[in-house]
Amino acid sequence: MSGAPIPGTYLFDGRMARKGYALNKMCYSFNDAKNRREFQMDEAAYCERFGLSDEQKLAIKNRSVLALLAAGGNVYYLAKFAGIFGLNVQDIGAQQTGLSVQEFKTRLASYAKFNAAVTAGGTSHV
Amino acid sequence: MSEILGGISTSHVPAIGGAIAKRLQQDLYWKPFFDGFDRARAWLAEHQPDIAVLVYNDHGLNFFLDKMPTFAIGAAATYTSSDEGWGIPTIAPVRGDQELSWAIIEGVVADEFDVTTCQEMLIDHAVTIPLQLLWPDRPPPVRIVPISVNTVQHPLPSAARCLKFGQAIGRAIAGYSSDEKVVVVSTGGLSHQLDGERAGMINPEFDQLCLNSLVNEPTKLTGYSTRDLVELSGTQGVEILNWIVGRGILGSRTREIHRNYHVPISNTASALQVLELA
Repeated sequence: MSGAPIPGTYLFDGRMARKGYALNKMCYSFNDAKNRREFQMDEAAYCERFGLSDEQKLAIKNRSVLALLAAGGNVYYLAKFAGIFGLNVQDIGAQQTGLSVQEFKTRLASYAKFNAAVTAGGTSHV
Repeated sequence: MSEILGGISTSHVPAIGGAIAKRLQQDLYWKPFFDGFDRARAWLAEHQPDIAVLVYNDHGLNFFLDKMPTFAIGAAATYTSSDEGWGIPTIAPVRGDQELSWAIIEGVVADEFDVTTCQEMLIDHAVTIPLQLLWPDRPPPVRIVPISVNTVQHPLPSAARCLKFGQAIGRAIAGYSSDEKVVVVSTGGLSHQLDGERAGMINPEFDQLCLNSLVNEPTKLTGYSTRDLVELSGTQGVEILNWIVGRGILGSRTREIHRNYHVPISNTASALQVLELA
């Protein structure tokens, strides 16, 4: 990927896909309710079965989204891990930005002031 | 000759599926989003498509990172949804159109797009939510051809490549000998980012540029690199690539029938755009 890094942004490329393979494979297994239950019954054994690295095991244990990303996690798979605990994308957004969930939602809502203008932006093309 | 009627592009945020299941369409938070679909549904009722070609990205339901096709085309008689791990309801199985699937596959491969073909393919929220939005409370009255674009693992196909892929699909549909009517449904976006310290970023200005350009100047978007798209619209905002494929299918000139832009839906700038062939 050419170009300067984008602050606060991680591209899931071949390097990360290799690093995160075991972690993402475990999270992919959480599509199945039976596997989610097995994970909850013995997290350490479940991580071991998928061959997670120590960095990945610690990030899972700490429920740290930024550490999971650094360990090669892809957010679409991590969302399945977060789902086990009933966490949605505002919850994980708040965790990553250091905001409260309410502050994170307020920040998103602040963009609503652009809705009318962008919706109307098409009229000149009709 | 089959006929392409036009295209409907919409966001596919999972929370929409939750809102549909809980019947929150008239809730204060959701109403401005759901109300935007009235015009799209009226357009569909007026034109009565037989087949929907759906351009979307899979989010780790059908494809894992063991095998990640850049472009994949469904060729199944029936498509089923399944548990995605975080509680979104599934929908009844959806009928496929295998004849058109294979006509598209044959057409694009002859056009040098070497796609993955899928006779079995689970469909995730990126397919099921748009179907529920466009045909609420009933099985969709169309057969579908799902086309998946890799927006998950870089390198992603470039915006320029996506437009050309769409154009190849459009030629294949135009050459398909049937009198059926086709609507193109593209899903995802617009700007949003779920991961990293920049999570929650939204870029209304770039979203507006995308919506305006898609009507008749899609090549304005094909100059952006993948990195540029990530910077301007977020790590998941790159789902605009699905819209660019869909726009390519429509051909040279379109007329914008309807647009609705609404932020926020979950972490996303949601958008709906209906384009008719001019």
